[in-house]
Amino acid sequence: MLTASSIAQIMVSGLLTGLIYALVAVGLSLIFGLMNVVNFAHGEFLMLAMYATFGLALGLALDPLVAVPIVMAALFVFGAAVYLGIVSYAMRARVNSGMVQIFSTFGLAILLRGLAQYFLTPNYRSIAHSWLGSRTFALGPIYVPAPQLVGALISIAAFFALWLLITRTDFGKAIEATREDADAVALVGISKNRVFALGWGLGAMLVGLAGAILASFYYIYPNVGGPFALIAYVTVALGGFGSVFGALAAGVIVGLVEALTAVILPSDLKEVGVYAVYLAVVLFRPRGLFGSI
Amino acid sequence: MAPRLSDPAPIDAISGSAPVGGSAFRRRRRGEFVAAAAILLAAAALPLGIDSVYVENILVLTLMYAALSQSWNILCGYCGQISLGHALYFGIGAYATTLLLVKFGIPPWFGFVAGGILAALVALALGYPCFRLKGHYYTIATIVIAEIASILVLNWPWAGAAMGIQIPYAQPSWLAFQFGRSKIPYFYFVLALAAVTWLATWLIEDSKWGYWWRAVKDDPDAAESLGVVVFRSKMAAAALSAFFTAVAGGFYAEFVSYIDPDSVMNLQLSLLMALPAVLGGIGTLWGPALGAAIIVPLSELTRSYIGGSGKGTDLIVYGALVMVIVLLRPEGLASLLRRRPGAAVP
Repeated sequence: MLTASSIAQIMVSGLLTGLIYALVAVGLSLIFGLMNVVNFAHGEFLMLAMYATFGLALGLALDPLVAVPIVMAALFVFGAAVYLGIVSYAMRARVNSGMVQIFSTFGLAILLRGLAQYFLTPNYRSIAHSWLGSRTFALGPIYVPAPQLVGALISIAAFFALWLLITRTDFGKAIEATREDADAVALVGISKNRVFALGWGLGAMLVGLAGAILASFYYIYPNVGGPFALIAYVTVALGGFGSVFGALAAGVIVGLVEALTAVILPSDLKEVGVYAVYLAVVLFRPRGLFGSI
Repeated sequence: MAPRLSDPAPIDAISGSAPVGGSAFRRRRRGEFVAAAAILLAAAALPLGIDSVYVENILVLTLMYAALSQSWNILCGYCGQISLGHALYFGIGAYATTLLLVKFGIPPWFGFVAGGILAALVALALGYPCFRLKGHYYTIATIVIAEIASILVLNWPWAGAAMGIQIPYAQPSWLAFQFGRSKIPYFYFVLALAAVTWLATWLIEDSKWGYWWRAVKDDPDAAESLGVVVFRSKMAAAALSAFFTAVAGGFYAEFVSYIDPDSVMNLQLSLLMALPAVLGGIGTLWGPALGAAIIVPLSELTRSYIGGSGKGTDLIVYGALVMVIVLLRPEGLASLLRRRPGAAVP
């Protein structure tokens, strides 16, 4: 029976999951908004971050929360390197540029999955001990697992920091200007290549943060990125490609819809609700809820 | 590398046909047809020299992906609507053929056609709302729709759900489309299918639809202003593309005689269908076949020789290769076959 408290429980857990989905998706949306490129290796970035967190926990006995800044820094470097080493070349293609971008990042995704299988085996891993671990908070009748709650709070903080970065700093202005007109910014002394590389670094860093959070309560395996990437694409398209606020709102919607569908339909079908809502929205708003470009 | 105004138009550009010289264009098309016929004959003779089931298996898969990618190329390469959800049509073909056979005893030949028609109708029904979406929004929608269908089949007990469906053994005959241990008949069927999809593309290239589709791909707004019916063009391309994809799906079901949603309806499959066209040359006549001839044997060989089980080496080789080819030759490998621009005009 659905009682008031069980509905509240569902809504709260959907909200927390949604905030983490938003954090997984925002890097993808940021990179797209900046340069119109969809990163098909986004899920593999997440996978790498989860393994990095796992490795730090296993090798140096670092708690996932302590590992967060290290993982973020590593992913920042990795994201910028992927831009400089692969994507910048893909963008130079004069023909089929859209397909070249899709399939060069898709090739990277397959390569990363293969490397993970080869060096880390296809086994499922999980971090056995962490501070948050299996703790739960009780808010009245509602129980909230600590890792999800902290993850959701970190996600909100990250979105706030991102908003400050975009609206209050020179780098944020450079991002906005490059997004408006990537060729004209050279006239005011902004190197578009540098902004793109930093944008990829920033996007990867955000998915790195999401990965470090997820690693503390989710299984880690070479293909873990797949399902999350699919949710991230839907989230980004639902919110509107390139819109940071759209990713946040859409992430929460996706989390809530998923939680509600799992109650109404058999739980195997929980994604169907998310996908159906996404389709219903884009058919009426072809550029997503908050998309402008 | 940058195109200049003084460069001669690429041969397959729309303007290349009429003004530059109709006869050169006709001669080139005749040449393509003769080359294709020669390749078809040579391919048809291949099984005479091969008696390894392993090699035959690779040949069948190569031709199947050539046919699939050629079909995908119709909608995505010529008409420019990038679908990464073609596994849906493949799955419709596979399930229609298998269910008709297993539940109603209807021979696969009928199933191939029925699956193809059903897939074309589904493509039209989905195209009606989805072709309003542009660029990445369209692509993501195709992924999502295919994913929904896959989840639904996964939870559909009558269609085998996650367990899948096994096609029961039948007395070998062409009518039953079962041949015991021999793979040669499958080879000829899928060779014919690849040839038909190639021929369809060849015919399209010089048809009204072919010009319309390329115009829609290059600039839908300009095409519309010139009287091209953009929406109907996309619908026609989608229906034709879905039809052939589903026939190949039905064939695959019969070939492996076991299907489940994971093997015939997943996202990976949609990407694998697109890949040969992308490597060989998207929107070109020869690209899909060329790409399939390279990538499918290579992927099978790495899987069996350095793959091991679940070691990931095959993925490493495959992923790296895709990245390198796409970055080094964005126009596709078929462009290596073409004479240099400038030398093309006799």
